[in-house]
Amino acid sequence: MPGSTPASLSAEAPAAVVVPDAVATPTATAARKRQRFSPWQEAWRRFRRHKLAVASAVVLLIMVAAIVIGPFLWTVPINEIDFAAKLQGPSWAHPLGTDDLGQDVLARVLYGGRISLAVGLAAMFVAIFVGVLVGAVSGMSSGRLDAVLMWLADLFLSLPQLPLLLLVIYLFRDSLKAVFGPEGGIFVMIVVVIGGLRWMPAARLVRAQFLSIREKEFVEAARALGASKVRQVVQHILPNALGPVIVAATIDVAAAIIAESTLSFLGLGFPPDIPTWGRLLSDAKDYLDIAPHWALASGAAIFLAVLSINFIGDGLRDALDPRRVL
Amino acid sequence: MSRQYLIRRLLLVIPAMLGISLVLYTVLALAPGDPFGELATNPSVPPEVAAALRAKFGLDDPVWIRYVRWLSAMLHGDWGFSFVSRMDVDRLILQRLPTTLLVIGAAQLLAILVALPVGVLAGTRPYSVFDQVANTLAFVGFSLPTFFTGLLLILVFSIQLDWLPFVYRADIDATGWRFYWEHIKQSIMPVMVLGLFQGASLVRYVRSSVLDVVRLDYVTTARAKGIGERKVITRHVVRNALIPVVTLVALQMPVVFGGAIVTEQIFRVPGIGSLLISAMLANDTPVIMAVTFVFACLVVLCNLIADILYAWLDPRIAFR
Repeated sequence: MPGSTPASLSAEAPAAVVVPDAVATPTATAARKRQRFSPWQEAWRRFRRHKLAVASAVVLLIMVAAIVIGPFLWTVPINEIDFAAKLQGPSWAHPLGTDDLGQDVLARVLYGGRISLAVGLAAMFVAIFVGVLVGAVSGMSSGRLDAVLMWLADLFLSLPQLPLLLLVIYLFRDSLKAVFGPEGGIFVMIVVVIGGLRWMPAARLVRAQFLSIREKEFVEAARALGASKVRQVVQHILPNALGPVIVAATIDVAAAIIAESTLSFLGLGFPPDIPTWGRLLSDAKDYLDIAPHWALASGAAIFLAVLSINFIGDGLRDALDPRRVL
Repeated sequence: MSRQYLIRRLLLVIPAMLGISLVLYTVLALAPGDPFGELATNPSVPPEVAAALRAKFGLDDPVWIRYVRWLSAMLHGDWGFSFVSRMDVDRLILQRLPTTLLVIGAAQLLAILVALPVGVLAGTRPYSVFDQVANTLAFVGFSLPTFFTGLLLILVFSIQLDWLPFVYRADIDATGWRFYWEHIKQSIMPVMVLGLFQGASLVRYVRSSVLDVVRLDYVTTARAKGIGERKVITRHVVRNALIPVVTLVALQMPVVFGGAIVTEQIFRVPGIGSLLISAMLANDTPVIMAVTFVFACLVVLCNLIADILYAWLDPRIAFR
């Protein structure tokens, strides 16, 4: 029953409307069935059904392109102070206006996007790496180790994330700054801490997948042929458990971006001279009454990025669930 | 719910609390910096005095002894002294805690009041226009970070329309109805920000839970008996669909506390969340440790309540 329950609905109705002929005529369905798709092609076909996810992917691609290429085209320096032009609204010289020091908001949003997205991706990799590792170990070893690891996951799940995040950053800020420099140190710490506090869902997903997949016949066959445990995992089990992990990873990027923005917004993230999206919003909040464009620009950037990533995750959930027949 | 289950669940709180205190203390112990670090670099304090002070406060003892000492002090209610606020930490927290609980409680209530009807309606009419709109709005709702919604609300309701105050004041010089009205007025925005964010993620849970229940056989039986659709939904479907939602609400609590910290910071609500931030900016370590610990305790408490509620709602649980 849960397998047949669609994970998301945004895909369903358009799908039913768009391809009525394929569903209606049996010959068309049969013809489609005979056509062979690789699993990835199949996933891509299903992903395209999710209109909002496709639109989000386009939006996100545009944002990433703007962030990566933008600073080369829009060459206004991020820290050029011009008090004559402070707190100006959008104009041709400054498409998104200027901040309280007369710095160009567009340039700062583009630069901040690089940091925010880099933090999001890196923290996601940390979380997924730890999660897959713990989940795989836990799923392959039954008994005491499994129990301890899952107890640990439960413990971490019941920790209040943001207070702990703040506590760790408060305590370790200075020493990391000394080792990696002000920018690198904070980056490493934020990535490790956000990632280190978000591995539990991935670990549980992977463990659950492993518990069922390792009993499947094809793994048993591999085992009978003498495949080592590592080979069983890497070659046979992990590829089949990847779908939910990819979905979790997508959602993790969005969560990490929000976490980093929250830290910066609270004044405990990157140093003040580095404009991340959260930092920009935090600086802008004191000028909300005279320069709302400043807060809106950075807030909208966070919102758009997070929303599109969440929608893509939803689309991937539809696309990568092998139980679903769409 | 059997008494045995209740006792077993209550006993499980102890290892959870111990684990959390262990994690917190490990973080503190691993952290560089030393409360007597300033003494060591201060030329007017002779090294032997500093060493004597260290010995007196047991800073050179092994880590586990220090942990046990810290834990027993916390259990005795000796939470340290805030150097910034010049008062005991436990009193400081007790002053601030009711505000936070009130805001969080009101926000959760709002979230449930919004999410329940919307989720049930969407779940009973899957793939309808209403369902799609609700789902898209839910996505937008939990993709909007609380700090941005807070600023947006301030921008619209305080600056553009000038309806609501955007700074939460603890000292309102009014009495009677006006006092309560002022309090409600200044709580609207913080509660809205937190509640709508929570409600957005809750809607999806309620919807999928309803969707799972609505196609079970006993619902068909109820319909076959000729019970009206409205009654089937309220009496038979919703009651069972809400059981998993209880757990999900509890699992969301850590996120809610995170949101509360941000919201309190934006609207300057004098709760423990803003206390945490101001203590961090002022390097007030005892307060920081205590507030983090209180947040952790609240999460454990919420999980406990959810589990007990769950067992009460679903008698099958007790057979575990």
